[in-house]
Amino acid sequence: EEEKVGEEKPEVLSPEELEKLKEEVDERKKLISTLRGKPWPMRKKLLTLRESHEFVEKYEGALGKGKSRKLYAYKVMMLKKWMKFQRDFENFKTACVPWEMKIKEIESKYVSYLFLLYPCTVLLVLPGCLLFFNLAEKALMGRPYGSMPRKTVPRADEANAMDFAVLWDFGGYAQYSVLFYGYYNSQRAIGWLKFRMPLSYFLVGVGTVAYSYMVVIRTMARNANEDGGGDNNSFNFSWKMFTSWDYLIGNPETADNKFASITTSFKEAILEEQESRKDDNIHLTRFLRVLANFLVLCCLAGSGYLIYFVVRRSQKFALEGLESHSWWERNEVNMVMSLLGMFCPMLFDVISALENYHPRIALQWQLGRIFALFLGNLYTFIIALMDEINLKREEEEVLKLNMTIWEASLYNGTLGANSTAPPITVHPADIPRGPCWETMVGQEFVRLIVSDTMTTYITLLIGDFLRAVLVRFLNYCWCWDLEAGFPSYSEFDVSGNVLGLIFNQGMIWMGAFYAPCLPALNVLRLHVSMYLQCWAVMCCNVPQERVFKASGSNNFYMAMLLVILFLSTLPAIYTIVTIPPSFDCGPFSGKSRMFDVIQETLESDFPAWFGKVFSYASNPGLVLPFLLLMVLAIYYLQSTSKSYKQANLELKKKLQTVSRTINKVLTLIQYLLYSLCGTCTDIVCPPESTPCKGGEHRAHQGKSDHQIPPSATSPPAPRGHRIPGPLPGNQWQPAPSVQRVPNSQRH
Amino acid sequence: MGNKQTIFTDEQLDAYQDCTFFTRKEILRLHGRYHELAPHLVPMDYTNEPDVTIPLALIVSMPELNENPFRNRIVESFSEDGAGNLSFNDFVDMFSVLSETAPRELKAIYAFKIYDFNVDNFLCKEDLEKTLNKLTREELSPEEVTLVCEKAIEEADLDGDSKLSFADFENMITRAPDFLR
Repeated sequence: EEEKVGEEKPEVLSPEELEKLKEEVDERKKLISTLRGKPWPMRKKLLTLRESHEFVEKYEGALGKGKSRKLYAYKVMMLKKWMKFQRDFENFKTACVPWEMKIKEIESKYVSYLFLLYPCTVLLVLPGCLLFFNLAEKALMGRPYGSMPRKTVPRADEANAMDFAVLWDFGGYAQYSVLFYGYYNSQRAIGWLKFRMPLSYFLVGVGTVAYSYMVVIRTMARNANEDGGGDNNSFNFSWKMFTSWDYLIGNPETADNKFASITTSFKEAILEEQESRKDDNIHLTRFLRVLANFLVLCCLAGSGYLIYFVVRRSQKFALEGLESHSWWERNEVNMVMSLLGMFCPMLFDVISALENYHPRIALQWQLGRIFALFLGNLYTFIIALMDEINLKREEEEVLKLNMTIWEASLYNGTLGANSTAPPITVHPADIPRGPCWETMVGQEFVRLIVSDTMTTYITLLIGDFLRAVLVRFLNYCWCWDLEAGFPSYSEFDVSGNVLGLIFNQGMIWMGAFYAPCLPALNVLRLHVSMYLQCWAVMCCNVPQERVFKASGSNNFYMAMLLVILFLSTLPAIYTIVTIPPSFDCGPFSGKSRMFDVIQETLESDFPAWFGKVFSYASNPGLVLPFLLLMVLAIYYLQSTSKSYKQANLELKKKLQTVSRTINKVLTLIQYLLYSLCGTCTDIVCPPESTPCKGGEHRAHQGKSDHQIPPSATSPPAPRGHRIPGPLPGNQWQPAPSVQRVPNSQRH
Repeated sequence: MGNKQTIFTDEQLDAYQDCTFFTRKEILRLHGRYHELAPHLVPMDYTNEPDVTIPLALIVSMPELNENPFRNRIVESFSEDGAGNLSFNDFVDMFSVLSETAPRELKAIYAFKIYDFNVDNFLCKEDLEKTLNKLTREELSPEEVTLVCEKAIEEADLDGDSKLSFADFENMITRAPDFLR
């Protein structure tokens, strides 16, 4: 066909031929783009590629002749440029992956850490947005430090505003800096660009949360697709055999562990298969499990109460003035939370020994309990914070009253009640400041994260490094083998670390609205953590003994991340919606609710009809039915997906029975043909011709197999071994020693 | 793109990028690794496509493959002569299929070839037994091995010929949650 077309002059091609040619060219292009997924040897791929390129180039020009030539040629050129751009971009992207080599090195030693790259992109984008936003405020149009009361340290505090202790507590200059909410000006439009500061603050806050949700859910959907869905138990042994080896392992120690764990898992499965489970003492097991859960609940309740108590006490200290207390008392809350986070999981571990679960299930219980612990602690913390917020608001009321008195005292009776006089300039530092509850919230979160970081690093240094040093050097002069028995080197606990990362992220989400630079700080902290952990992992840790994951897919951790995202944004949203902002600090100062800024923008910047439409759309009478509709839709989709799964299972069973039936029928036919041709060879069919299909030829070839028509998915012949045979598809013959199996042996 | 490298022509690099899942940087890196394995055999200049192969023993000494129980089979499946001697084309192809970006279907095809020890396009009982022994370093007793192989065939065999064809294998493997490495 190619030669035929090539011989004619391109201009005299008829429309159908043109069409066919175009189709062919398109097909070739498709082939080129899918070439890398074909299971061919490289030589063949390269050859095909070259041929297809030549063909496409040769005939692309021919196709271009005609009415739409210019457009077509233009399209082709743009496509080429686009592909080149895509390729360069891919190259650029791989160059940008941070710490690529380090991660690969660690991955070969430990279970893979790949999926953490997804939340990393979230973590990196968030501070990007917020940083940009800050710079916009500062560089473009913000008034500098000292120009406004909210941006200046009050006179009374000036003396010790630079003290390290105060800065470490995020008071002093740090309090009145870009770091916290209180710094931002509430002026509606700033500078010559008319930058809408309060609106953009609000939108950036909401936008980052929405973006985080999107990223997490998209990753989950992608993971779920790869999962394939379906029953989990039907291929137990096959999966164990073909998928248990981790091809990323490159370290002999890990390989040894992996071999051991595979063997153990096979033995377990064999045991389960060989004897039916004897449920002796099911009652004892149940009782123990109930007891264990009860103990865990006590622990959780105890830790919750402890935190509440400590927060109350710190409020009392604050009222008495912080300077009269020791360092411990000032930082009690954070230290207690971090210590609880360190010791309670160990306690849970000990308790779970009572329960006697399969390790994977035990791990899931453990993670669930740690999750509950962190959540409980965090929420107790927030409730206590709410109390403080209310206190501050009461202070604010009192202050507002005092402000009017103070202003009057400034003028000092030189004016009557209604006369106007030039306002007396007062240095911003001298104006009495309202207690800014939003900044206080931001400060608390930043302090919490700093102390959490410190605890993590110290635990790492002591728990891993010091322990390794002790074990290594004391081993020479100790009675029992420190390396094999207690305490030995610490294992690298993947799930624990991942959980820590997830919770860290949750705290960032909570505090980001009130301390805009928090994500940026967190990026810094993550960088340092990464290097520290890399070093610790390679030098003081040993791989886990039982190498297995908490779940089949990464969706378990993603689901946790999603739940944490939801739960952390809840308090922030609550405060935005219910608590009125402070009157003199932050971008929403003076308004009655923070989201009033949206209302204002709608009224002043958008045409009138827009506001009307919006107010109709946000009518509860409209919103409630809509919510109801969504709930019903979710229910409907859920039930259809269940029925699809069911149908899937049944089809699979049918597939099995049908293919067995087909197999039997085909072997029967084969047998008949064989016996037929066997008799007719003598009479009708000379050996070389092929009027008798199938049976006779198969008799002469090596192995015969049931001839289910070769599907498109049959594997390619092994390289170089291909002996062309008369059969379609990729059937080929092995060494002739294998004789044809007579049909009677089939079942 | 600003890198002046003389190992490959630009057309060669583009062709490799079209035929594998690798980027330009990765292909050059692979060539570095290939060269390291046998510096006296492998030329640094591939612009005229020299016909050089590296024997099996050197390839399986790479740290990425060294601990893998199936390393010999992997290399054999990708070699043109079936004995494990890889040219650079085969080398790149092998790592392209083993890389993370390769799709599941492609990996399934090659996994089948790897586990097919006697290269007869079926996973028969002997293939499975060899697989299992390599996987557990022969720690299981023969009865246990037989039991496991029988169970595996029973689970995955759709057409009832007591061995696994590619269709059976693919049907089973695409549902596996862990299958990507």
